[in-house]
Amino acid sequence: MKIHIKNGRLIDPASGTDAAQDVFITAGKIVGIGAAPSGYHANRTIDAGGLVVCPGLVDLAVRLREPGFEYMATLESEMDAAVAGGITSLACPPDTDPPLDEPGLVEMLKFRAKNLNQSRVYPVGALTVGLKGTHLTEMAELMDAGCVAFSHADAPLTDTQLLLRALQYAATFDFPVWLRPQDAGLARGGFAHDGQIATRLGLAAIPVCAETVALSTILLLARETGARVHLCRLSSKEGVDMIRQAKRDGLKISCDVTIHHAHLSEMDIGYFDSNCHLTPPLRSQRDRDALRAALADGTVDALCSDHTPVDEDAKQLPFAEAEPGATGVELLLPLTLKWAEESRLSLATGLARVTSNPARILGIDAGTLSQGASADICVFDPDRYWKVEPRALKSQGKNTPFIGLEVKGKVRYTLVEGQIVYEEK
Amino acid sequence: MFLNSNPQLTKSGELHHLLSIEGLPAEILKQILDTAESFVGVTQREVKKVPLLRGKAIFNLFFEPSTRTRTTFEIAAKRLSADVINLAINVSSQTKGESVLDTVANLAAMQADMFIVRHSESGAPYLIARHVGEDIHVINAGDGRHAHPTQGLLDMFTIRHYKRDFTKLRVAIVGDVLHSRVARSQIHALTTLGVPELRVIGPKTLLPSNVDTLGVHVYHDLAKGLKDVDVVMMLRLQNERMQGSFLPSPQEFFKFYGLTAEKLALARPDAIVLHPGPMNRGVEIDSAVADGNQSVILPQVTFGIAIRMAVMSILAGN
Repeated sequence: MKIHIKNGRLIDPASGTDAAQDVFITAGKIVGIGAAPSGYHANRTIDAGGLVVCPGLVDLAVRLREPGFEYMATLESEMDAAVAGGITSLACPPDTDPPLDEPGLVEMLKFRAKNLNQSRVYPVGALTVGLKGTHLTEMAELMDAGCVAFSHADAPLTDTQLLLRALQYAATFDFPVWLRPQDAGLARGGFAHDGQIATRLGLAAIPVCAETVALSTILLLARETGARVHLCRLSSKEGVDMIRQAKRDGLKISCDVTIHHAHLSEMDIGYFDSNCHLTPPLRSQRDRDALRAALADGTVDALCSDHTPVDEDAKQLPFAEAEPGATGVELLLPLTLKWAEESRLSLATGLARVTSNPARILGIDAGTLSQGASADICVFDPDRYWKVEPRALKSQGKNTPFIGLEVKGKVRYTLVEGQIVYEEK
Repeated sequence: MFLNSNPQLTKSGELHHLLSIEGLPAEILKQILDTAESFVGVTQREVKKVPLLRGKAIFNLFFEPSTRTRTTFEIAAKRLSADVINLAINVSSQTKGESVLDTVANLAAMQADMFIVRHSESGAPYLIARHVGEDIHVINAGDGRHAHPTQGLLDMFTIRHYKRDFTKLRVAIVGDVLHSRVARSQIHALTTLGVPELRVIGPKTLLPSNVDTLGVHVYHDLAKGLKDVDVVMMLRLQNERMQGSFLPSPQEFFKFYGLTAEKLALARPDAIVLHPGPMNRGVEIDSAVADGNQSVILPQVTFGIAIRMAVMSILAGN
């Protein structure tokens, strides 16, 4: 299959390219940028006039809900949603049921995903057996089965000695460890940021120190062990300030924030909107502004969707009882563009946070449009407005705090390995 | 992010549900207090009944056990000639897996006119109010730590009865503010009605970290906090908070935050003492104060019925 994408505005954050250039694809690879290879005859031509051609998006946190939570979403529905969002590579956290703690489970997930011929799926293995925080998993075996990193998802990890050993063991093989900093004790029983909204609404709170206390432990242990640590879903100003300093000190760490935390604050809870029940909690406007600035200055490396489809019944409950999480893969692109535009950043700089940067964190050969690279491509209309509505979403999860919002930027084509896996009808 | 318009008011600004005192204009609070005034007379008559809500079906929907509040709502509804149905849902249908909204939809189909909702989770009455038909009114009878608006209103009624003018008062709220829906409703009511100096007094473990954003002055020393106040509003300390990580023991709490005659003497000589009940004598309040001549705890209960009659009749009329 030879595909010629013509007349598009090509943006490749990795090389800083932003120019009108055609892309030529043969057998899943990019064989030409700008000029066609000699004797090139396309089987299919995509006219990308007025559209942006960029690397397929790389999302660091997508819950596919399989195995175990098929009533919330299935691999089929969520993979459909991901390609409709322009995502060509995604990492899925290990908090399935059972958790991804055995090579067989990981192989099955990889196999099921591969058969769907859509986005590339990169499982993040469980750091401890059953995510119970007591025994290390067989990390090397899991890596062989296809894991790219290890994490504890949102499960509490209270034993600091075990965390130290997990990092030491992972560092032995140079396996990356992804951790969401939250002290289980300080967060216990809480649902909302310990700020004026929780005080007014009488919601049990999670203080910022739940994040910073855990973060300081992780940073000290990362320094001690030399492990490659990625910090997931930071939520506070104090948290990103610590990351900024740690990076200045030369620690090899990276981190991400979610589209929710980059755009929303505790104020959006309004009158108990359970769509805003998220993990970690939405914090103050000051925290949100700090996350946005840290994303702009590079302290925060990537934006992720933290896609967590939840069934409707689990959200139609009082705030604290409602299942946390929101659907996100179809909103990652428009909300990245919104943040970049509001921050007066170029499209290339904005897109780097969802393409080349997360690809680097995952350690995969993706997120760029160079000659010879795999043709994982997103073609989108940067000027098209659309309204976020439950029925407009392909994801089985229809809950998002952004319902009703008018967003800009619509995916027209998604290509994985030179195959058109999504085409807007 | 789109649930930000006040769900308890109609488009024209009339009270449709009573979910929280926060966000209600002073005029509506005064209207409720004035209406309650007219019902105090009814409750003292020989035939304690008016036909205002005849033929209306009022459901007491208690997802959390409560005898006292349920009873006062029931009495108030009956004095307005409504039909009252009491439902304690904490164990029955919830354990069978029926959701709050299914329960409510079923009851709404039985032609309910009003739901009185008590729930252990903050915000539950909002969820219900968003999902019932436009002709059904919801009254929050206490949700989690969030609000207990009729309790707040009856406290305002009591204060106005004894002190007349809110704009000249110094008021102190004492005890477990963190877990108290009553305190939040009192704070919003007092600030809306123009109380110039509102204090909260308690140990740091029992005050929300941002309580000052509600417009109160924070004290950790009971003696300093009570100095020259006109009204002392005691809060109930729940059993499960008495020992553990919030407090070491009820005895130590009483020693530092319990209201004794000696401590009360620091307030104005004509200060009144309120308590939402049920009281823990010897924990937050000494019997000598609870039963003393500055205590208005029993009148609070009587006024509570008039307040609930007022709220129900105003909602039914809007």
